[in-house]
Amino acid sequence: MYVAVKGGERAIDNAHAFLAEDRRGDPQVAELSVAQIREQLRLAVNRVMAEGSLFDPDLAALAIKQARGDLIEAVFLIRAYRTTLPRLGASNPVDTAQMAVVRRVSATFKDLPGGQVLGPTFDYTHRLLDFKLAADGQVPPAPTAPVSAEKVPHVTEFLNRDGLIEAEPQSDAVPPDLTREPMELPTSRALRLQAITRGDEGFILSMAYSTQRGYGRTHAFVGELRIGAVAVEMDIPELGFSVEIGEIELSECETVNQFKGSKTEPPQFTRGYGLVFGQSERKAIAMSLVDRALRWKELGEDNIGAPAQDEEFVLMHADNIQATGFLEHIKLPHYVDFQAELELVRRLRADAATMQEAAK
Amino acid sequence: MEMTNVSVDGRTKPAGPLLSVRDLGKRYGTRIGCANVSFDLWPGEVLGIVGESGSGKSTLLSCLAGHLEPDRGQVVFDTRNGPRDTITMSEPERRKLGRTDWAFVHQNPRDGLRMGVTAGGNVGERLMAVGARHYGDIRAQALDWLGRVEIAAERIDDRPSAFSGGMQQRLQIARNLVTGPRLVFMDEPTGGLDVSVQARLLDLLRGLVREMGLSAIIVTHDLAVVRLLADRLMVMKGGHVVEQGLTDQVLDDPQHA
Amino acid sequence: MTDQAYNFAYLDEQTKRMIRRAILKGIAVPGYQVPFASREMPMPYGWGTGGVQVTAACLVPEDCLKVIDQGADDTTNAVSIRKFFQRTAGVAVTEATADASVIQTRHRIPELPLREGQILVYQVPIPEPLRFLEPRETETRKMHSLEEYGLMHVKLYEDIARHGQIATSYAYPVKVEGRYVMDPSPIPKFDNPKLSGSAALQLFGAGREQRIYAVPPYTSVVSLDFEDHPFVAGKAPHDCDLCGATDSYLDEVIVDDAGGRMFVCSDTDFCRGRKDAGHIGRLGVQTDGGA
Ligand SMILES: Nc1ncnc2c1ncn2[C@@H]1O[C@H](COP(=O)(O)OP(=O)(O)O)[C@@H](O)[C@H]1O
Ligand SMILES: [Mg+2]
Ligand SMILES: [Zn+2]
Repeated sequence: MYVAVKGGERAIDNAHAFLAEDRRGDPQVAELSVAQIREQLRLAVNRVMAEGSLFDPDLAALAIKQARGDLIEAVFLIRAYRTTLPRLGASNPVDTAQMAVVRRVSATFKDLPGGQVLGPTFDYTHRLLDFKLAADGQVPPAPTAPVSAEKVPHVTEFLNRDGLIEAEPQSDAVPPDLTREPMELPTSRALRLQAITRGDEGFILSMAYSTQRGYGRTHAFVGELRIGAVAVEMDIPELGFSVEIGEIELSECETVNQFKGSKTEPPQFTRGYGLVFGQSERKAIAMSLVDRALRWKELGEDNIGAPAQDEEFVLMHADNIQATGFLEHIKLPHYVDFQAELELVRRLRADAATMQEAAK
Repeated sequence: MEMTNVSVDGRTKPAGPLLSVRDLGKRYGTRIGCANVSFDLWPGEVLGIVGESGSGKSTLLSCLAGHLEPDRGQVVFDTRNGPRDTITMSEPERRKLGRTDWAFVHQNPRDGLRMGVTAGGNVGERLMAVGARHYGDIRAQALDWLGRVEIAAERIDDRPSAFSGGMQQRLQIARNLVTGPRLVFMDEPTGGLDVSVQARLLDLLRGLVREMGLSAIIVTHDLAVVRLLADRLMVMKGGHVVEQGLTDQVLDDPQHA
Repeated sequence: MTDQAYNFAYLDEQTKRMIRRAILKGIAVPGYQVPFASREMPMPYGWGTGGVQVTAACLVPEDCLKVIDQGADDTTNAVSIRKFFQRTAGVAVTEATADASVIQTRHRIPELPLREGQILVYQVPIPEPLRFLEPRETETRKMHSLEEYGLMHVKLYEDIARHGQIATSYAYPVKVEGRYVMDPSPIPKFDNPKLSGSAALQLFGAGREQRIYAVPPYTSVVSLDFEDHPFVAGKAPHDCDLCGATDSYLDEVIVDDAGGRMFVCSDTDFCRGRKDAGHIGRLGVQTDGGA
């Protein structure tokens, strides 16, 4: 006699146990600590913080461990955790001009106040596998320089002083919160930037790349890329002044884009902007290119139909948590719908057969 | 010009223009799209708008049809509920006009057709949009209209992507006329076609205009088109109307050659 | 066994209030898709996050919850969601349709007619019925607000032109209370008639797409069709091989590799109820409670 498949509950429990065992791997090999991930897989941690929209290196490292190194799964864990956190308030805008930079490069000026600072970068390394790392990772301490008291002003400020770059309108308006309001199209630039900074790095990278290859070219120069720590301050109403509540690492990229002027704007340079948690330099540059491409309307440029100019397309498909969930859900049972399709195809085939018969 | 106040179907109507345009203007930044345009279109009349490329014909037509918002002016249409300024109308009302009393034939049939939908579906869409719910009737009307624009009945279930340019344009015309619109806008309807195909389409259009007593506004830079179709002519230059009058008069005695 | 680390039914009260406002708006405008700020849930988008949020916003401690996927209570995703609410809300759960006050479902409407006071929560992947005709959200919202639904019938017309009949077998579009065209979620069209005039409140949640919509009790829901090609609620031309039901939606089960197959009720609770009442199908045996 037929008995319907049962025991979904036990199957799930067993699968979870299997997963836990597999996560640990060979018990003869020492277990990875969260601190090791945090310190030695920093860029993975940064990516999870950026796309998870939560600055917490320890939690991000834990998520990476739990997700067995699947970064999108780790981002998902962080997002699901983040959404339950109470909102105690909002910080003041961080001042990236006050950043303690560990890295700062400009592609537009050879030298400039504050200097070019290479910092910890893969640039100029030869991409040769370093087998020494397979043996042991002992490294001699890197040379240090004294902390400079010199100010590190933004490159775009030099251009701004001469009126060569579009003025950035100052606003104290409260920015919309993507995680608290449904996205309504068309959006504002603030909301777009929010969506892109937490968007999938691979997607944003490809979108940016497509603009460089001619699908909505924006003629971008990296005016400045800076990475370092900034203080986070919050106004405490009871105190009547703001206090520093911590420090976060940020990557900021400002592109300077050639612009020949349009119907509404005189010729001048324009801006693209990228700001990402942690050292996430590829993402910050990509973000600034996509931001600039999406600004075609406000700058009176032509829409040439490039994907990166299409706000709805970019914003609706940038989120990898939405994307992966929907993609993977097609492995859930669909047999009710499939059964309906099966009946339909059978009926259509029967009708066709009858018609063929009649035509004989 | 003198107009009778008897409409095509013989019913008496109050003597008034179908479309009354006053001081219509549209700028693109500092550039003039069109300016100071005023005219009346009477029922059953075909108005041609001619002028060199860039003279503002398409801008004017788009403003008239509600596809583009003018900066100033009035476009008063004699709706079934009396004359209404379509510029100040709500968008739902304007879009409703667009699928009932008005029709718009684009220069490029791809802009006016659904390329992924069969010929029958393309013609039927306007019928369904106004509530037709009988498949057999919709199909019969689609077939009738395909015949009128000289598309073979057996092509009814083919998609326009499998049609030649001339066929696509004829299909677009059928799709627009099937609901018997009271006013048809056409932007260079013969624009992208070969000369021989143009002639056939013109012939067809002339037949339909006569037979249905269509009221239409046709933008073109082709004088053969207006000579054949238009009762009256408006000549545009630099966004302004520089001349208007009866077609023959304007063509035979041009002031702005 | 409620998990103390989380608020009742997981979501914080502020979020629940936001969702309840969206639900109320949806009830006030039947079939209209209300945007809401969907939260990240601890299960993936596309796996019922919209339904879970709606259920979380509706649940009270006295509720009795039933969760089905494909009509069955024991499919893995149904088990997972039911466990989630047992853990975070500690509510009673049931497999009996009649005993449940809230039923969350994916792809089916229970066979047993629902009663007043019950809430049926649907998980919705793509709430926009016009989406595959017009991919732009900005445009489809305009089409809804202006009631421009000609395109929807073009799709049905094309089906008949090509196949001789309307070839849409699930997620079959409906018009709610004569106004909004609505996607009933991917239920088989067999279930469409149950949408109309139901005594229960029907709520639809689409998490990834951030939309909630509703069909209040006793609302008219009409499946779109043509006068000469009327809507037909189809199913496999068989009876249930376990309980003999002639009027329930069936799953087809392949029983051997020689093409042998059998048909069983997709609604497992309905089938069990009939067997318990003594009905026997072609391949069924007399039971006294279990299958
Ligand atoms: N979208 C637009 N943006 C800016 N200028 C435009 C636009 N469309 C048309 N124009 C300008 O407006 C004027 C009239 O154009 P148009 O109405 O297209 O003329 P025509 O149809 O007679 O060729 C031209 O100078 C043209 O360059
Ligand atoms: Mg033109
Ligand atoms: Zn059964």
